[in-house]
Amino acid sequence: MSALGPGPDGVVLPDAATAAPRRSPGVHAQLVVGALLVLVVVALALVSLVWTPYDPVRAVPADRLQGPSGTHWLGTDRFGRDVLSQLMVGARITLYVGVVAVGIGAVVGVPLGVLAGMRGGWPGTLLMRGSDVLLAFPGLLLAIVFGAAFGTGTTTAMVALGIGAIPAFARVARSGTLQVMRTDYVLAARAANRPAWAIAVRHVLPNIAGLVVVQCSVNYALAVLAEAGLSFLGLGTAPPTPSWGRMLQESQQFLGTHDHLAVAPGVAVAVAVLGFNLLGDGLRDVLDPRLKGVR
Amino acid sequence: MTRHLLGLVAQLLATLVVATVLIFLVLRVLPGDAAVVALGLNATPEALAQWRALHGTDRPLLVQYGEWVGGMLRGDLGTSFVTGRELTPLVADRLQVTLILVGLGMLLALLAAVPLGTLAAVKHRSPWGTVIAGASQVGVAIPNFLVGVLLVSYFAVRLGWLPAGGWTPPAVDPAQFWRHVILPVVALGTVQAAIVTRYVRSAVLEVMREDFLRTARAAGHTRGSALVRHGLRNAGVPVVTVVGVQLAAMLVGAVVVERVFVVPGLGSLLVDSVAQRDLQAVQSIVAVLVLVVVVVNFLVDFLYTVLDPRLRVAAR
Repeated sequence: MSALGPGPDGVVLPDAATAAPRRSPGVHAQLVVGALLVLVVVALALVSLVWTPYDPVRAVPADRLQGPSGTHWLGTDRFGRDVLSQLMVGARITLYVGVVAVGIGAVVGVPLGVLAGMRGGWPGTLLMRGSDVLLAFPGLLLAIVFGAAFGTGTTTAMVALGIGAIPAFARVARSGTLQVMRTDYVLAARAANRPAWAIAVRHVLPNIAGLVVVQCSVNYALAVLAEAGLSFLGLGTAPPTPSWGRMLQESQQFLGTHDHLAVAPGVAVAVAVLGFNLLGDGLRDVLDPRLKGVR
Repeated sequence: MTRHLLGLVAQLLATLVVATVLIFLVLRVLPGDAAVVALGLNATPEALAQWRALHGTDRPLLVQYGEWVGGMLRGDLGTSFVTGRELTPLVADRLQVTLILVGLGMLLALLAAVPLGTLAAVKHRSPWGTVIAGASQVGVAIPNFLVGVLLVSYFAVRLGWLPAGGWTPPAVDPAQFWRHVILPVVALGTVQAAIVTRYVRSAVLEVMREDFLRTARAAGHTRGSALVRHGLRNAGVPVVTVVGVQLAAMLVGAVVVERVFVVPGLGSLLVDSVAQRDLQAVQSIVAVLVLVVVVVNFLVDFLYTVLDPRLRVAAR
């Protein structure tokens, strides 16, 4: 990745835009803080599988619109549902959407990028022009289009965000592959008549794994933001399943009087996105081969 | 240079053709019969046939695609499947609102990000640099609709300084326009400012290590004048990329902010059309948004060659 690095939208951008922070001091702090924030979200999601303080979807009219207290740490919403319990289950949905979206992007985009990088010529150009066309559809727009065509919901959102992530993975994989293909050991493997698939599996994939991991982190943050946005618009996870975006949307009616309803899911989204962004930046520093000699 | 420009135009046209085919496939072919989507599964065969004849969906798909694209080339986006209204004037009105929001949002972002990012780079070893870099890192993680919700809570509900939502066109009442536009623009611009600040900082840091800047200092320029005269233009190349990418993202991101502030933009129209399963409206709105995104990307590619003489030579 000598000339390219992933940008804030998962779109590959010139190195100047991302290179400098990599060399700044405190990069390991980024990795640690990012990992800790992600760990908090993952822990919330995992614990919610076996325990939540209250039933997150059970309405208790007598408890409606309570502020944070010893009984309800983050208060209750307009139906008397416990906000912390909803937040915990919402973490699960957020992580689930991210895993599937990033999974689709990586599983489809990486082989396409490797193929484009190894083959070059018109197949490579065709693949990359195809990914350019997909870039014209920002993830959120693609998710809205899919919602119109196939009905809104978590599955539609995940698939659309995954398809939207394919170009970013393809571009990163291609730029990494182009570099690996110029190395002496690949030249030796080709001279020894090793088949292309063997070179891809043995040499290319292990060497671009770091780049792909970083891209996963960047796209995870984008998927979290997009899912929250879609749920906020009513085009994501359907009620009664709790989701952070919809919690924020529902909080709008009570702004100025019950701000905790907006702050809790808002902070949750920000923590998750910040965590994955920092993790991505930190991992880039650790995994970027160019920087190994610098340390 | 001309060859390069022609190549970019050819790429733009090819992207638009493929994008319209994709939009048509996803919205008109994959969901199945548009009449069933519009009238529901319980509609009678007569009603379905009448609907298909009315909206022309009983003709071959290739003809429908050709008519849609041909209509768009003439400035006709078709009629809504649900309301029967002409889409062109509606989309034009809404697009104008969205472009005002996005334009002002990006302007605000640049006004904040260029000085802050440059300061963060020049003072990268001082606490100021660290604070700006840290704040922009946090800002990137905050969704624009959360900023919107918090702005409404504080400035509209608590202080009552500005309206919580709504829209007044600038031609109708300029004072009311500014009162309505401030909060959504700040919501859109703040997050973008954080993103662009990071890139300005990185680009300026990169430029500060370049030989030509050292040469300019050796020739007697102060750090400030060397940076202004030689550095900022070079730092501009990656920043223009980010601004282009972010403009495209903002166009779509504005959907959510428009929802928070009840602004009648193109995004609101798109979400309403999705809720009504108005496939014709969705199809045309998405095509317009994609057109804007592709044109912005084209302009960014072209600006590269204007900003960076090395690329101009390579393109020759």
